[in-house]
Amino acid sequence: MTIQKHEYPGVGETLYTAVLDNGLEVRVVPKRDYATYYAAFTTNYGGACRRFSVDGRTLDTPAGVAHYLEHKMFDLPDGDSALNILSANGADPNAFTSSGVTCYYFQCTEGFEENLRMLLHFVSTPYFTAETVEKERGIIAQEIRMGEDNPGMVVYYNLLEMLYAHHPIRDRVAGTVESIQEITAETLYDCHRVFYAPSNMILCVEGDVDPGEIARIAEEVLPKEKMPVPRADFGEAESLTPAGHLRTTEMEVSAPQFLMGAKLLPGLRGTEALRQRLTASLALRMLCGTSSPFFTRLYADGTLNMDFDYEVDASADTLTMIVGGESKTPEKVLTELNAEIARIAEDGFDPAAFTRAKRASLGARLRALEDFDNVCVSLAMDSFDGYCSFDSFELLEEITAEDCRRFVAEELAPERLALSIVAPKRGEAET
Amino acid sequence: MEYSRSELMPGVFLSHLKSDKFKTACMSLNLITQLSRETASMNALLPNVLRRGTQRYPDMEQLSCRLDELYGAAIEPVVRRVGEIHCFGFFASFPEPAFLPGGEALLEEMSRLMAELLLSPNTRGGLLLPAYVDSEKEKLLDLIRSRVNDKRGYAVQRCLEEMCCYEDFAVSRFGDEEGVEAIRYKKLTRYYRDLLRSCPVELFYCGKATLSEVEDALRDALAGMPRGEINYDVGTELRMNALEAEPRCYEERMDVTQGKLVLGFRLGECMEDPDRAAIHVFNALYGSGATSKLFLNVREKLSLCYYASSAIVLRKGLMLVSSGISFDKFDAAKAEILAQLEAVRNGDFTDEELNWARRAVASDLRAAMDSPGELEGYWLSQALDGLDYGPTELAELAGEVTREDVIAVAKSVELDLVYFLRGENENTDEEEEEAYDDTEA
Repeated sequence: MTIQKHEYPGVGETLYTAVLDNGLEVRVVPKRDYATYYAAFTTNYGGACRRFSVDGRTLDTPAGVAHYLEHKMFDLPDGDSALNILSANGADPNAFTSSGVTCYYFQCTEGFEENLRMLLHFVSTPYFTAETVEKERGIIAQEIRMGEDNPGMVVYYNLLEMLYAHHPIRDRVAGTVESIQEITAETLYDCHRVFYAPSNMILCVEGDVDPGEIARIAEEVLPKEKMPVPRADFGEAESLTPAGHLRTTEMEVSAPQFLMGAKLLPGLRGTEALRQRLTASLALRMLCGTSSPFFTRLYADGTLNMDFDYEVDASADTLTMIVGGESKTPEKVLTELNAEIARIAEDGFDPAAFTRAKRASLGARLRALEDFDNVCVSLAMDSFDGYCSFDSFELLEEITAEDCRRFVAEELAPERLALSIVAPKRGEAET
Repeated sequence: MEYSRSELMPGVFLSHLKSDKFKTACMSLNLITQLSRETASMNALLPNVLRRGTQRYPDMEQLSCRLDELYGAAIEPVVRRVGEIHCFGFFASFPEPAFLPGGEALLEEMSRLMAELLLSPNTRGGLLLPAYVDSEKEKLLDLIRSRVNDKRGYAVQRCLEEMCCYEDFAVSRFGDEEGVEAIRYKKLTRYYRDLLRSCPVELFYCGKATLSEVEDALRDALAGMPRGEINYDVGTELRMNALEAEPRCYEERMDVTQGKLVLGFRLGECMEDPDRAAIHVFNALYGSGATSKLFLNVREKLSLCYYASSAIVLRKGLMLVSSGISFDKFDAAKAEILAQLEAVRNGDFTDEELNWARRAVASDLRAAMDSPGELEGYWLSQALDGLDYGPTELAELAGEVTREDVIAVAKSVELDLVYFLRGENENTDEEEEEAYDDTEA
């Protein structure tokens, strides 16, 4: 094992990387003068990874397994809970499951090494019994119900269901109250064995630490052998055209919540993936960011408010552009956006606006480096797509206004967009 | 990190925190007034109207473009309440020179922009623009109405409103719909001019610039601010006991699939001379975090809910326990939440649990030293309370909290109101079931 040092003098950071013999990738960002330590241990396995082949048989697992597994991983064989042990040791542990990954993390200001060992230990030590799995079902069912009452979740999944015809990213990560009934201890053991192999995982650490020591601890605590990991089967590749274009659901909300989205070309890796995402976010900043003519006009005439935002989401071999917020007239926002897209496809972006957007992007990226959680989690996510977001400071310089225009013209054509709306229940809402 | 405090102009105070470790400096400007139903909506609206445009950058597009040029520097309206003190103004953040291609120092220009937002808004005939006022009124109304979208937050806010129905604390930091609808641009302009003369102002800076650099930049920028007689009469009224002999109950129905239970407590006589460290440690032991009694028992042991946690509103002497439950678990969850409080009162917790709680509190406070945003909030509160110890010192005090201290806080706490948000139709089901049972019997 060799440790590589990557320096980013422009932003005052140094990144150390290594790949252990068991295939685990390690990324460490040392921080002097900070009290906080942060570690994130992430597997390239999430809610959408439901179908896969192992030992010659194909498994079709119910929706919600990755998330269920996340809940149960904290149970240790001696009956203790890693959540309690870490908390008792002064750490603040937690975990999340997305469509593409499951991430276990903690933050602390003391006892870091001990906490790191516990993190690596509990995530690599499955222990489930019929009884403990059964007990969790109620808690997870409550979590699923809570999501059903959350307009943000409803508007998001409705959008994904329209964009994707069959890719499992359209299903809720936590599953449904029905689908989780089928999950057993055996399901959890199967999925853990297959997807929690070190070669499918990455450990990211930020804090006042020695990178060599981090790698050594990981080598000591984790399994030694390198296991092959199957690729999850997400079904046939989808066309870039959405399966549906408009969906409205009524809920108890004060004003319509909406998201517009488009599928972007998936499957790029490394620098090309980073370039694609940087181009997309720079283009979206100029198209509909807070200083864009589009946004400021619709903000001033009352169509949009400060909730309006955009993002590019990479997950489970998909790439999705999402724009949205709250508006009394979401259809109008879509019409106006289409008009703006057509104009930019034709005229391109204003060069002065392009220079400003690059500066603003630099500032925003610097600000994001201040956040331990953001740094460690994005280092992990990026690694599964073969790049490192620290490189974006340099790569940003290479992107041209024409790249951004082309992105808007090609990826955001009217037939590529879908609109999801959660509207107030009729007869209840205000004017 | 070095903290210092100075008075730049009459009633204009600067809290300066010198730190070399961040990539982004932050700065805030807060007008300080008493929270009240009459003025809350105007206070909440004002920074949003001012943020629409200045004399130099008359609309949002020009202002935003200028901020983009300054490497994505941000100046956002901010409206907070600290106890019953209403603080509103702007929060700015901008990159430190060392990380910019030309090494540009943005402190002076950002101070100037922030002061312009406050002192030189885009006006016509000396009046705030009706178009800006009306459009921000609409947005504020939408924001107030939107609280129903987040059921968890909504339930907590409703519990506070009912519990403190005779106190200013029932007023939301955004005011209410009636208050917003009543605002007219002329009246708002008059109110704004009065505020500039009479409000205490709290400024905060955290970054690499020295005290004198920051003082100079802000003093120059704010030089034109009119100052008259300053109204220092702001503060929080404490109510030690529950409103009625028996805890009040309040139920609301909505189309939801999960119930939200919120228990509102008064911290009681421990607020006469509050031991802040002890109150935080009590809260950690009882209900905040994964080693707390509420998490371990109500969630983990009994699986009664998806979340159950307590939070303290220290300056108002309140504690709220909030939980998401099935409708039929109301009695069981409430009983268990109260049983766990009783356990703390009886000293029914191990030294280990106490130690966990102390460490959790200390760790959160030490971690705050790594976040400019957390530091800003911490020091604003300290400034309003006239206190000058930093998070690290409070963390040390937390380490010294004893078992007796925690029991004393627990004994002082008193349940005032139980709030329950339940489904629209679930009761009819229950009634049908009961009716059915009756026939069977």
